[in-house]
Amino acid sequence: MKFNAKTFSIGGIHPAENKLSNDAVTQVAALPKQAIFPLSQHIGAPAVPVVQKGDKVKVGTMIAEAGSFVSAPIYSSVSGTVFKIDTAIDATGYRKPAIIINVEGDEWEESIDCSDKLELVEAHPELTPEEIINRVKVAGVTGMGGAGFPTFIKLTPPPTAKAECVIINAVECEPYITADFRLMMEKADEILVGLELLMVAAKVTTGYIGIETNKPAAIELLTKKCAEKFSASTFHVEVVPLKQRYPQGGEKQLVDAVIQRQVPAPPAIPVNVGAIVQNVGTAYAVYEAVMKHKPLFERYTTVTGKKLQSPSNFLVRMGTPMQDLIDACGGMPEGDNKLLAGGPMMGKALTSVEVPVCKGTNSVTILSDDDARRKEPQPCIRCAKCVSACPMGLEPYLLAKISEVQNWERAEREDITSCIECGSCQFTCPAHRPLLDNIRQGKATVMGIIRSRAAASQKK
Amino acid sequence: MNYILIAVIVLGAIGLVAALVLFAASKKFAVYEDPRITQVGELLPGANCGGCGFAGCAGMADALVKGADAGNIEGLNCPVGGPEVMGRVADLLGMAIANGEPKVAVVRCNGTCENRPKIAEYAGLRTCAAMHACGAGETACGYGCLGCGDCVKACQFDAIHINPETGIAEVDEEKCVACGACVKACPRGIIELRKKGPKGRRVYVSCVNKDKGAVSMKACKVSCIGCGKCEKECPFGAITVGNNCSYIDPDKCRLCRKCEKVCPTHAIVAVNFPAPKPKPETPESPATNERKEAQE
Repeated sequence: MKFNAKTFSIGGIHPAENKLSNDAVTQVAALPKQAIFPLSQHIGAPAVPVVQKGDKVKVGTMIAEAGSFVSAPIYSSVSGTVFKIDTAIDATGYRKPAIIINVEGDEWEESIDCSDKLELVEAHPELTPEEIINRVKVAGVTGMGGAGFPTFIKLTPPPTAKAECVIINAVECEPYITADFRLMMEKADEILVGLELLMVAAKVTTGYIGIETNKPAAIELLTKKCAEKFSASTFHVEVVPLKQRYPQGGEKQLVDAVIQRQVPAPPAIPVNVGAIVQNVGTAYAVYEAVMKHKPLFERYTTVTGKKLQSPSNFLVRMGTPMQDLIDACGGMPEGDNKLLAGGPMMGKALTSVEVPVCKGTNSVTILSDDDARRKEPQPCIRCAKCVSACPMGLEPYLLAKISEVQNWERAEREDITSCIECGSCQFTCPAHRPLLDNIRQGKATVMGIIRSRAAASQKK
Repeated sequence: MNYILIAVIVLGAIGLVAALVLFAASKKFAVYEDPRITQVGELLPGANCGGCGFAGCAGMADALVKGADAGNIEGLNCPVGGPEVMGRVADLLGMAIANGEPKVAVVRCNGTCENRPKIAEYAGLRTCAAMHACGAGETACGYGCLGCGDCVKACQFDAIHINPETGIAEVDEEKCVACGACVKACPRGIIELRKKGPKGRRVYVSCVNKDKGAVSMKACKVSCIGCGKCEKECPFGAITVGNNCSYIDPDKCRLCRKCEKVCPTHAIVAVNFPAPKPKPETPESPATNERKEAQE
């Protein structure tokens, strides 16, 4: 099938796809014996526990409430007894506060609608934009693509910006991961209702679904369903086929690819050019939260790796330790492996298999030693490959060097804060230089300087 | 001949005029600088290390003279020059000596390769800051020394090095001037400036792990488990336990070493004490190992 595919305008790379689990129909993962809920699963303040040791909880019981405005509540994905409120290793690699629940049975809160019936927006006149946003907020929905920004905030843009369209991010440009693809194949109708809810909430009538051409089945299916659903309505929804190019799933790259608008440097966000970008998993979570009163406590996750016996896709309850999922795929392969929460490009390397699946865990990737091991860095040969690869139009070799020598003023002038940490520069570097490692350090330091400067000027 | 004469006269006249202008300008626009600033600056070591908190020795000299005018130079201390230099500066300024006790950088981690087993391999950029940002590092302890030497790079006095055998930073007490550069460089905040102590004798908790005892014990054999035995034992109230980790206040500690003896994990370290009759090191370590084995 040929598509007239678009893509973003600068930079980008094309890593090997390795979508091993494309055809693996999603399985429902077994319940864990013990579920771990880190209190910080999203960007913003950690959630605050509202349960105590020994409390009985059901599936869908709130166990921690939002800690501040930019935060999200956390719901139990299992029924059982709160074992303790302690610390547990999360995807950051450190021990962080967490609620640990011993699983007993599988009893759901009665308010959750467990039926498969497809609820349509037309049948619910009570759903005003405010009502939708409120339900999304209460359900603890956060971005499902990995970063985990609370969704309700994205739907209420600052007064200076006006939303014109909702873009569904179904790009899945990271190698290996197939969770979004399986979700689209299996829950297409629900996703479209979710998109409609998002459009109603954002008060827009235009929607786009950006999908890369390596998923022709999903493009075909969603184009057909869109035509059926929206042709006679006031909404204009279009499936946009996109050329395969990493990091197309980055918000700014996707906005560029789909509506050809460039988001300015931070603190500008996509809504400043009129676009609200939501992951396809988020659209599904919004459907479930609004229509089924089901808080966010399970998600689609890919467990994959070349040496893994059977790479699979799971519908998994959050809080399930990764060990359980890896065991369900045939166990950890022999020899040295690299375990990642996320894909090989942007995933976070872990040192423990006890890390639980969280709101943002779209994949558990296991790379073999040969694939993961870095090569010895060589001197920079000034080939500028990293410059051509950078999707943000930065000069990675320069940013890396000035970060290394800790020239923070210069780093700020060179827009280090625009870096999206996609790793294209490091991937493409023929001298195997640790470009992103250095840039990340510099970016974190410069962001810290900017924050403390803002705080200091506020005091004055 | 005539030409030479004219040139000499003209140049001489220009020189004279310029000299008058310069003289007038130097009188009119003269900036008064306290001569003591230069004198103090000459006494300071000139290392410009920034250990005093100022950008360099000139800034420190300026602050000292201003402090002397205000009648107080307390809190100003040149860590490089030490009491000797500060004494001379105080004499010059006619002030009482206002230096604190000499300090030294102390690395509060004893998680050697033996004590703290590796559970993973780190292959990224070998700086402590980068490794710290990635997660706990190569061992299960999220608080201990990462051994990539950010402190070594920060030290201008060649006073801190990574011991290749233990993989942990070690301070050369002779060379350390307590400028605090390593303290700032360490992303984990392990290094502390502590009082050097009489004859360099110090007792401190060589661990900053804030995990619960069971967790930290698993990660490292010599971690502080926050059991509080030392707190109870200390006759001077110098020890406090908070966040599952003990801390000895160097101002209250009288170096009695009672805490060291009761510490079940040997996280409390005493340095530069004379060896008691039988050597403490050699018989102690096998004994601990035996105890460990028995426990297991």
